[in-house]
Amino acid sequence: MKKAVRVMGLIAVAVLTVAACKTMETATTLVTVIGVGSGVISSSQGESIQRSAVAISRSVESFTPEQEYYIGRSVGAVVLSKYTAYANTQVNQYINMLGQTLAKASDLPEVFGGYHFLVLESDDINAFATPGGHIFITRGLIRCCRTEDALAAVLAHEIGHVQLRHGMQAIEKARVTEALTVLAQEGLKTYGSREVAQLTQAFSGAISDIASNMINNGYSRSFEYQADQAALVILRRIGYNPSGLINMLAGMEQKLKPGGLDFAKTHPAPRDRIAEIQKPDLTFTSVVQPKIRQERFIKAGSQL
Amino acid sequence: MRRMRFIFAGFSLMAVLALPIAADTQKTLSVQIREGQIRATPSFLGKMVAKVAYGDRVDMLEDRDAWKRVSIPGGKLQGWMHTSALTTKRIVLKAGQADVQTGATRDELALAGKGFNEQVEAAFKKENKNLDYTWINRMEGFKVSPEQMQDFLASGNLVPRAEGGTP
Repeated sequence: MKKAVRVMGLIAVAVLTVAACKTMETATTLVTVIGVGSGVISSSQGESIQRSAVAISRSVESFTPEQEYYIGRSVGAVVLSKYTAYANTQVNQYINMLGQTLAKASDLPEVFGGYHFLVLESDDINAFATPGGHIFITRGLIRCCRTEDALAAVLAHEIGHVQLRHGMQAIEKARVTEALTVLAQEGLKTYGSREVAQLTQAFSGAISDIASNMINNGYSRSFEYQADQAALVILRRIGYNPSGLINMLAGMEQKLKPGGLDFAKTHPAPRDRIAEIQKPDLTFTSVVQPKIRQERFIKAGSQL
Repeated sequence: MRRMRFIFAGFSLMAVLALPIAADTQKTLSVQIREGQIRATPSFLGKMVAKVAYGDRVDMLEDRDAWKRVSIPGGKLQGWMHTSALTTKRIVLKAGQADVQTGATRDELALAGKGFNEQVEAAFKKENKNLDYTWINRMEGFKVSPEQMQDFLASGNLVPRAEGGTP
């Protein structure tokens, strides 16, 4: 009898929740009621699920930096199934010194596991950034840069994608809802095999959404232009010449092969990006690179 | 008379300036990254005074948009952290903990180690045996200390002009 009252109570809570909230909570509520009714979960766990379903809202914003980190690791593993890491300590150290310093001047200087950069052994002109802050850049793209300021622009553009959460926004909405529904079950002390299977399915879907967007289709033009704007801000803050971005794009314009599966396919044409950058009628002055900065850039580049 | 007005204007300005600080005192925040650094000045180049771990709680003493001056509860240490390292949510390190059951909840909870975690990554790897995480782990080992960053900036003749803002 007591149990029946409790279940009735829960149903009342459920009805209220349904009245007050949107679809995802509704789904969780129904699952919870079914779970309690069938004895799969205790009613206190049930209440806990009810509460957190409201607590966790329904957008990608709801993923914690820790979860973005795990998504990032696996997206990175997918990138590395298509490209080989360039195992050169000196060049990777240089790229991390430059990239991690730039990231600190972004609007998202702190990500769960920190920003990390890796050079890819490929003549393609390509770069990728995962939601967790793993950033990859091909040898081919580094070769489009003639100065450290230009290379800084490439890395700052990728940091811009992380900061603006472009990768996370590639995840299909249904998948987000699905994952968050399972995540809402905080009352469960540990995941059973069913929850792990559900989560893994959502995880797997999220990885493929992001990877296919990033590697095959490319983000929208507006995302690319936004990342360019973020890059300009980061460059200025650190003290690089923002015209590094324009110089890099000009270098890329010369090297991109039409029909290529790299930036030729996934990014707006460099000349379009340059036009977009110069739209607000900004003047970019070319400044002579300090000798010492140019020397370390050439030294690192000689390792490619 | 004019002087009086000037003094009055000065007081008003002080009151306005004091307001946001007063409103934000006593606020407790949680560290939402694996390893947080508390710095002596509100700058990423600021000297590190302490490290805090994921889920640690800090009290906010001052709010300057992207940077918060914080102290570790019960400790005398205080310093600055960037807002992207912090969340207003309470981070619960273990699911099923008492405060999860009775906590104020709603928008206040974030669950550490829940959802997409190591366990899910392991299950994902099992289904995708072609994926190799060796270089992911290796690249995560590439670390640059604040001192190295300072050297890098100085030796490249770079003078930072501003800090990162808010996301």
